Amino acid sequence: MLVNQFLILAAVLFCIGVYGVIARRNAVMVLMSIELILNSVNINFLAFALRNGSIDGHVFALYIIAIAAAEVGVGLALVLLVYRNRKSIALDELSEMKG
Amino acid sequence: MFAEASTVAHEALSSGWFLEHAFLIPIIPAVAFALIIFFGKKLPMKGSELGVLSMIGSLVFAVGAALQWIHRVNGAGEGQFIDPVIRSWTWWNSGGFHFGIGQHIDGLSLTILVVVAFISSLVQIYSLEYLRGDRRYTHFFASLTLFSAGMLNMVVAENMIQLILGWEIMGLCSFMLIGHWWEEGANSRAALKAFFTTRTGDIGLLVGTSVLFFSANSWTQEHLGVSGFSIRGLSAWALTGNPGHAAITVGAVALFIACIGKSGQFPLHTWLPDAMAGPTPVSSLLHSSTMVVAGVFLVARLYPVFFKGMNILGSGVNLITVIGGITIVVAAALAFVQTDIKKVLAYSTVSQLGYMMMGLGAGAWMPAVFHIFTHAFFKACLFLAAGSISHSASHHSFEMKKDMGGLRKFMPITFTTWIISTLALCGVFPFAGFFSKDEIIDNVGHNGYTVFMVVGLVGAFMTAAYMTRATYLTFFGEPRGASAGESHDDHGDAHATHDTHDAHANHGPHESNLLITVPLMILATLALGAGLFNATPFGESWERMTKWVEPRSVVVADMAHASVGETRGVRTGDTVAPPVMMSSTPTATASGEETPVGGEALTTARESSAHAESVCGTSAPEMGTCYAPQLHHAPFKWPKAAMSVVIVLLGMLISWLISVQMYTKKAGFFVGLTSRNKLLALGYGFLVNKYYLDHLYEKVIVHGIAHPIAKAAYWVNQNILDGIINGVGLVTRRVAGWVYRNVDQRVVDGAVNGSGAVARGTGNALRPVQSGKVSQYGALLFAAAAVAGLVLIIVNT
Amino acid sequence: MVAQNIAFGIIAAIMVVGALRVVTVNNVVHAALWLVLVLAGAAAQYILLTAEFVAVTQVLVYIGAVMVLFLFGTMLTRAQLGREKKLNNSTWYLGIPTSLLLLGVMILALTSSFGNEKLPTDSEIVSTQAISDQIFGPYLLPFWALSFVLLVAVIGAIVLARKD
Repeated sequence: MLVNQFLILAAVLFCIGVYGVIARRNAVMVLMSIELILNSVNINFLAFALRNGSIDGHVFALYIIAIAAAEVGVGLALVLLVYRNRKSIALDELSEMKG
Repeated sequence: MFAEASTVAHEALSSGWFLEHAFLIPIIPAVAFALIIFFGKKLPMKGSELGVLSMIGSLVFAVGAALQWIHRVNGAGEGQFIDPVIRSWTWWNSGGFHFGIGQHIDGLSLTILVVVAFISSLVQIYSLEYLRGDRRYTHFFASLTLFSAGMLNMVVAENMIQLILGWEIMGLCSFMLIGHWWEEGANSRAALKAFFTTRTGDIGLLVGTSVLFFSANSWTQEHLGVSGFSIRGLSAWALTGNPGHAAITVGAVALFIACIGKSGQFPLHTWLPDAMAGPTPVSSLLHSSTMVVAGVFLVARLYPVFFKGMNILGSGVNLITVIGGITIVVAAALAFVQTDIKKVLAYSTVSQLGYMMMGLGAGAWMPAVFHIFTHAFFKACLFLAAGSISHSASHHSFEMKKDMGGLRKFMPITFTTWIISTLALCGVFPFAGFFSKDEIIDNVGHNGYTVFMVVGLVGAFMTAAYMTRATYLTFFGEPRGASAGESHDDHGDAHATHDTHDAHANHGPHESNLLITVPLMILATLALGAGLFNATPFGESWERMTKWVEPRSVVVADMAHASVGETRGVRTGDTVAPPVMMSSTPTATASGEETPVGGEALTTARESSAHAESVCGTSAPEMGTCYAPQLHHAPFKWPKAAMSVVIVLLGMLISWLISVQMYTKKAGFFVGLTSRNKLLALGYGFLVNKYYLDHLYEKVIVHGIAHPIAKAAYWVNQNILDGIINGVGLVTRRVAGWVYRNVDQRVVDGAVNGSGAVARGTGNALRPVQSGKVSQYGALLFAAAAVAGLVLIIVNT
Repeated sequence: MVAQNIAFGIIAAIMVVGALRVVTVNNVVHAALWLVLVLAGAAAQYILLTAEFVAVTQVLVYIGAVMVLFLFGTMLTRAQLGREKKLNNSTWYLGIPTSLLLLGVMILALTSSFGNEKLPTDSEIVSTQAISDQIFGPYLLPFWALSFVLLVAVIGAIVLARKD
């Protein structure tokens, strides 16, 4: 197995996730795309852990999984709150933050 | 020669309990903070007694340590490097990195420690009265105590991580204190502005610290056995380790950006005047000894890094001097158009900080540090005097034109202390400011920065002029507005919410009580006498601060000895014994050679700069370590000092005459009438001359020069710089405006300023058309990252 | 090694197709199910990379908990579960050049850096004990920080989603 096959797989997943973040209008879909990005990072960490014979990558992959869980929890709570207030979770309607 | 070097190096330095335990100085207020927060409201004085006591405790410890340090310096041999008292423990470990915490005590840190503890104690005593009855009295004292703890921690910091801890604590506490009366929108906006502005700079601190760590760590681990965060390690690395040019320059510039933000230097100074929204004791503490001094302190602390990174003394101009010089003039010009007494003082602080920075940038380390010392006293005194006026005379108003005037009759103590401090600030001869500011100007010129010396003199002139104007408006002429006993409701209402002691609102102006005047008198005494600590004009025996504080730029021949003495805790991380450099060859340029010849390297350098040069600062020593660059002191000459004093007095005189004409005459009171009569009596020529002056000032100087400059500077301040700050602070908001205008709306109205209001207005008008802005930012973000990655690839291949 | 390469190829293909479906499909629930496929594929890749414990955690946390959260979120925020138009932004096309540019840059960097470098084949599966030794040894502080983040997330989610 080559190092690159994992890394390029991760890169492809990352870019698909980026596309999803940019293109999607629905907040839940954007969160899913972010999960794709996080998983691609995990693949990178583990591939390098195997390449370097180190365990640090595993540790950080686990931390990322935990952070992702926290992120989804808070993210979905936010989405719920937005939905309750506006009856919609379309991101392009959330433009209150513009200057 | 070599034997002498070793005997000198091994001469034991005295130490003491307070020096060894200086790390307790910030811990005392930190503990007090926790106690106030948890138990403060149950205490008889609502927790304020804990704050005051902890600050006095810190002061006692700091003074004890300072006395022991003086003993240590006096007991050391001439030309011997005086080791700082360093102790270090492991704070935390992560992934093989050790982060230490401890103390790095030398003359510089002790100077600032004493000043901070002293001013904090007085400010807390003053606050006992000033905030009596405030709604958040306990929280105020808690924040104030933590604020001092943050500053003290930053000053004792052994390494950059600890320094960042103190730095950020201060940022947080300044936010809480400036927004203390957050019920008023302006106050909470000012707090946010201060926070965002300093945070913008703080990015530089993090970047600089990281860059320096990764550049220096391997060298410091190998040679000194300390991490690349260590202040001692970084200083030695900058001067001895032949640091890479790019690394140290980037590191120094990044750190300096942090200093610009924290110390209110030119592009990021806009938060300081707004920070006046906080209670006056906060302004006093913030502007005299803590917070704003932090940036200057960082430059002084890591001076070797800036010295090499900015090429100080090596070139005729560098970033620090330019920023300092611009700040002096811009801030002083702004001080002319303010009617709020605290804002005049705020701009004056900015201007004085510019002096400190300019001094540091031009190699005048000692005068700049001494200016921190003296400035703290007189600026704290001025602010507290302003607070005293608003507290007892003008019903919480700070408007000089509207609510003050003629107060010298009612407030003799406040008036006297104000006058003393003003003279000190202006740099009139026997007062403290003279000895520091004049030294800065003198040394800047001596080191070849002639342009900046002129800038300093112009700044001195302007300082004298605007302070005279403020003094005149406040204390002379006839009482106006609230000082005259009028009560106007707009101010009363706004402040009645947080001040319940308005019972005396109708009593007219009177002197404040002892809790306020005693701190004022103490500070005024110091504003009068603090200059004697380093009175260069009276000869070398008076230059005590130079002897005690300035690090000696000698080559420390034996690296092992640095960890032999008191510095027992240096070995963070691996305990690899530092290589002993005492090998066969004698240290050609080391201190040992100079010691018998020239005596103290620094004092001989005064007479002739060519004599007794230390190699430190110019090139890396072949053997041993440098901790401080070789700097020169300008020889004191009375004619030069007399010239600057004359400039100051001239500024005062001109400003005084103009103030009398402008304000009193306009008011139509006696002075105007008598002068008019006098003019009639003295004849037509004098009258013409007089009106000529009037005209000159009002039409030509004010409207022709000063007003436009000041207005323009103020406009730049309010519109452009604020826009940038808001933009940086609220990135999304700015990007929103940008994307909106350029991508969606395609408005060519490029001249429109970037303030949020315009973007919001246009946004509302065209909301139906545009959509999906967040995702557009996302696209921009990722595309920018991709382009940046591409650039990196191209650069690296 | 051939077997591993074949396994990688199949799983990778499934993952890429699944990921593409996640970002293109017009039904939120379907997208969530495609995401399950991608996450399971990632877990399989972790096993190929000798990361057994991480793979198990991935299945437990992601497929077990996070997906349930997503489905809950979908159900709580949408009246209809079926197909739906306007799941994309009006400027969705901006994503294509951006992500392609990013992909190009990354592949360029990866091929020039790693070329044909092979992964070691003789490595053993990383034991859970070794990972825990790392977590509770040198990386203890991030672990604490993470615990704190999770606590904040729990409290934050409750505060945000609570009906007052």
